[in-house]
Amino acid sequence: MEKKSSSLVYKGWCIFSKDLKSELRNRYALNALLMFAVTTLVAVSFAVGQFGLGENLLAALFWIVIFFSALSGLAQTFIKEEETKTASTLKLVASASSIYLGKLTFNIALLLALEVVIVPLFFLLSNVGGANLLLFFAVLILASLGLAAATTLIAAMVSKAAVKGALFAALSFPILLPLLVTAIQGTELSFKGEAFMSGFSELKVLLSYLVVMLVASLMLFDFVWSE
Amino acid sequence: MSNAQIKISGLSKSFDGRRVLSNISQQINEGECLVITGPNGSGKTTLLRIMAGLLRPGEGSVQYFLEDSILEREKLKGNLSLVSADLALYDELTALENLHFLSRIQDCHFSEEELVQRLSEFGLTERGNDLVGSFSSGMKQRLKYFCALLKEPKFLLLDEPTANLDEEGVRLVDEIIRSQKRDGIVVLATNESSELDYGEKVLQLGL
Amino acid sequence: MPDFWKFFLLLLMSAVIIAAWSMEPPQNQLGEVSRLFYFHIPVAWVTALAYFVAMSHSVLYLRRRELLYDVKASSAAELGTLFCVLATITGSIFAKMTWGAFWNWDPRQTSILILLLIYGAYLALRSAVREPGRKAALSSVYCIFAFPAAVFLIFVTPRAYQSLHPASSVIDTSGRIQMPAPILVTFLASLICFTLIFIWVYTLQTAIGRNRLSERKL
Repeated sequence: MEKKSSSLVYKGWCIFSKDLKSELRNRYALNALLMFAVTTLVAVSFAVGQFGLGENLLAALFWIVIFFSALSGLAQTFIKEEETKTASTLKLVASASSIYLGKLTFNIALLLALEVVIVPLFFLLSNVGGANLLLFFAVLILASLGLAAATTLIAAMVSKAAVKGALFAALSFPILLPLLVTAIQGTELSFKGEAFMSGFSELKVLLSYLVVMLVASLMLFDFVWSE
Repeated sequence: MSNAQIKISGLSKSFDGRRVLSNISQQINEGECLVITGPNGSGKTTLLRIMAGLLRPGEGSVQYFLEDSILEREKLKGNLSLVSADLALYDELTALENLHFLSRIQDCHFSEEELVQRLSEFGLTERGNDLVGSFSSGMKQRLKYFCALLKEPKFLLLDEPTANLDEEGVRLVDEIIRSQKRDGIVVLATNESSELDYGEKVLQLGL
Repeated sequence: MPDFWKFFLLLLMSAVIIAAWSMEPPQNQLGEVSRLFYFHIPVAWVTALAYFVAMSHSVLYLRRRELLYDVKASSAAELGTLFCVLATITGSIFAKMTWGAFWNWDPRQTSILILLLIYGAYLALRSAVREPGRKAALSSVYCIFAFPAAVFLIFVTPRAYQSLHPASSVIDTSGRIQMPAPILVTFLASLICFTLIFIWVYTLQTAIGRNRLSERKL
């Protein structure tokens, strides 16, 4: 045996790859997440199909689909650790920050996998023509990172509650509202085909939201996890 | 030579106003074993969970010393293992994947061959690539011992150490406890009268 | 609270109510409805104050792990919820009378709504956790974590929605207060009254919580 201390990032990576491995074997979260997202998207598209919606409504619908799909699956990784009694095992061997980083990476991966399916489907169903794709993807990626950063801490809280139910959505919504408002605005600009620089202030807000939520989560995660 | 030490002072814990542990004080030195015994519901597992840092004590404290300096929480993680029914392994990973994950995250690096070789010491030859979910409870218990000993902890906490184990497994645990006592501390919670003999000190709960 | 303060509160509150209804409405072009100004703003102020009290006690709880701090934080949050509902209702009435709709997504309305949602989520979280220590820790973390989000929202929404809120009529662009003296005095007196009511009920509530805590310990 060789003892050497490795970095926080490496340990976070270990936790991420462990989660990814078991997720790929069982697809606890991914299948439910994808089905939820596709169902919501199709339902929305079916309901508004014959009306030509404006870019602002389309952008709002897009983010509502992402928001609710994300909330249907992002708490799974913590809930499973609690339910299978592996949370205590993990608590004894890893530091809180490394667990936060690992779980955050896993949730980001889950969210990106979701978007790989949702985004093409959305464009297909909604006839958005002439969108500024560069701006669209910049907004999408920054907002997804922010969404994951904020909800990972809340997901850990939810997994510690006795009654989980709708708690995740109820706790996340006030925290995510500034992100959603900004992401919807940015997406609307991109659907209108505006120049990249016109959405620059939205991107700045999204980036600062991401940084603030990341720092706050790293500071507070230990208090949640050690409960 | 007594550089490892556990000091429990004035420890109390209640759940919903019901006092489970009250004013427990103990000192355990290197080379010693503390046996905690008592009827069901007397707080054996609670005491072990508090000692492992999984539960916060209501009052009092548990302090760990190594080479005369007190171990902080993060430092302690590298020196303490707990084997308990409350701590599960990952069912959807194989035995070797569990071992790899738990060793990497605790800063000890083993080669694949080393792990495979040591699996047979724990009576799990040829089962390294099977999912832990397919293991019997006795085999899971053996694997938990392997995982707990990966980092060669100074402090080993065992909750019902021989539960689910067959005769050979009991012998394995006996050997583990004896060798751990040589250069560390063992704390075990049990109701088996045969295991009381391990203890230099016996703590009777629920009186 | 000593009796002197209760008496003082009674007199001052009566004076405020009489003044608020007998004087000219504070804003002539808005008419009678602008009398709400004497009550809406103090209530909204107490809502924010209660949040800060809850948040600072949450920080204290996480540092010291004394359940008394949790009692103080949750009492402030419960009271804050009450005042927040009052502020939302009075604000909506005002909005209906002046802008024609109860809800307009005005930035001020949005920030009061977000406080209402945070308070609601906080209370929902508390009722979903059974063990007192865990309940206290999780709700403290939530209370602290919600703060940066609320700040972001107050910063972000004015860009998304145009404000209709009559801020400029109370405080002019240079930040100086532009009010005739009697209106200003009544307003400040009302502010003091509502703050005192908050402090009074808050001390009662924390005393009840403290008793319950010591009962459980026995």
